[in-house]
Amino acid sequence: MDIEENVVRSKDVKKVFTMGKISLEALKGINIEIKRGEYISIMGPSGSGKSTLFNMIGGLDKPTEGKVYIDEVDVAQLDAYELAWLRCRKIGYIFQTFNLIPVMTALENVTLPMVFAGMSTDDSMDKGVELLNTVGLGDRLQHKPLELSGGQQQRVAVARALANDPAIVLADEPTGNLDLKTGKEIIVLLRRLNKEKGVTIISATHDLKMLDVSDRIFWIRDGKIERVEERAGIKLEVGTVEGEE
Amino acid sequence: MADERRKVERQIVLPLSKAVEISFKSLRIRFWRSLITTSGIILGIAFLMSIFTNNLVHEGLLEEGTLEIKVRLQGEEVEFSARQIWLVSLSLLVCVVGITNAMLMSVTERYREIGTMKCLGALDSFIWKLFLLESLFQGLVGSILGVIVGGGFVILAGLLRYGGQVISTFPVLPFLGYALAVLAIGVVISIIGSLFPASQAARMVPAEAMRTEV
Repeated sequence: MDIEENVVRSKDVKKVFTMGKISLEALKGINIEIKRGEYISIMGPSGSGKSTLFNMIGGLDKPTEGKVYIDEVDVAQLDAYELAWLRCRKIGYIFQTFNLIPVMTALENVTLPMVFAGMSTDDSMDKGVELLNTVGLGDRLQHKPLELSGGQQQRVAVARALANDPAIVLADEPTGNLDLKTGKEIIVLLRRLNKEKGVTIISATHDLKMLDVSDRIFWIRDGKIERVEERAGIKLEVGTVEGEE
Repeated sequence: MADERRKVERQIVLPLSKAVEISFKSLRIRFWRSLITTSGIILGIAFLMSIFTNNLVHEGLLEEGTLEIKVRLQGEEVEFSARQIWLVSLSLLVCVVGITNAMLMSVTERYREIGTMKCLGALDSFIWKLFLLESLFQGLVGSILGVIVGGGFVILAGLLRYGGQVISTFPVLPFLGYALAVLAIGVVISIIGSLFPASQAARMVPAEAMRTEV
């Protein structure tokens, strides 16, 4: 296997949460390898460790044991400045609750990561407008998050995630707070960006609509990878899936 | 190419002008909350300023006022007594506690926002900057208003009590000196009051901050 192409790799990642005297093993040794340009879904019921794994991959939390490599760099070895750089430039995040900054307009939300990255105001504005056009919100630049619908907010979040041309976009339940149709639109949008920009997309979800577009699916249960499926191996009719949801 | 890709750098910036813009906006959008915090500062500073101004008014009258007024004032407590110092320090203390409390609340209700900023690459120092700037604004506005309210009120009261002499004998330069000092005290207090909440906010791990449901 060509190790060069792994944009994310984890080795025996374990995470233990300690709450008083009770300790909970959320992840029990996760080994995954994700290649550049893949569209990955991490599926599993709530409480299975999806979000914990998501946080580990995104460098938002540190594993109790084991290693996470992003572009073959051990995340645990990075200092605060390098970690901030990584979050700013290498990884784009999308959340279930959108997490836009409420006091800023759509355009300002999208340009914030570019400001952090040191881009000039003019350049970041141009790029912000372009990104918002890409996600279909070219006419909503000056709207505050509260003036936008859930689906529109998530589109802004997608645009923001792409601000610094990251290698990876991490999406934690991106459709969790959206209705069927809008959720589907976000999924299609992510897939399109995945194809067009070649950005790796890793999405923690229990939305079965995701299956259809994913290259590979990691099924996770009780903190362990239960099985990994290639898309070719999945026989699902989208119609019935949507009906179940 | 692969090496280029792998390189992790450290350069992340938040220009001061942008930080000022962001913190100013978050104050404006939480107008009523900010107003309550600011009025705490206004009251504390107004109280402090009124005590200083009162002394100045008396001093001026004692030196240049008419005999009648001097006699009237002899009976009153003019000096900066221990009791007044006690009152002033108490009001300042209340001010610090009030500001810290308000800042703490504004931090807790913004955990998610702070976590988001950190996910976008914000350093701890950015969060510091934002919260300190916010309290600086509040401190500045609150202190200016406090000086005006406190000083103005005492001068007005003096006018009613002693007549126009208060103005003619009023030591303007010392008054401006006190006003500046009180202004500085107000700003410093606001910053001290927000140090703890700001450090609390800056230290949060992103995942931790995002998990918090408020």
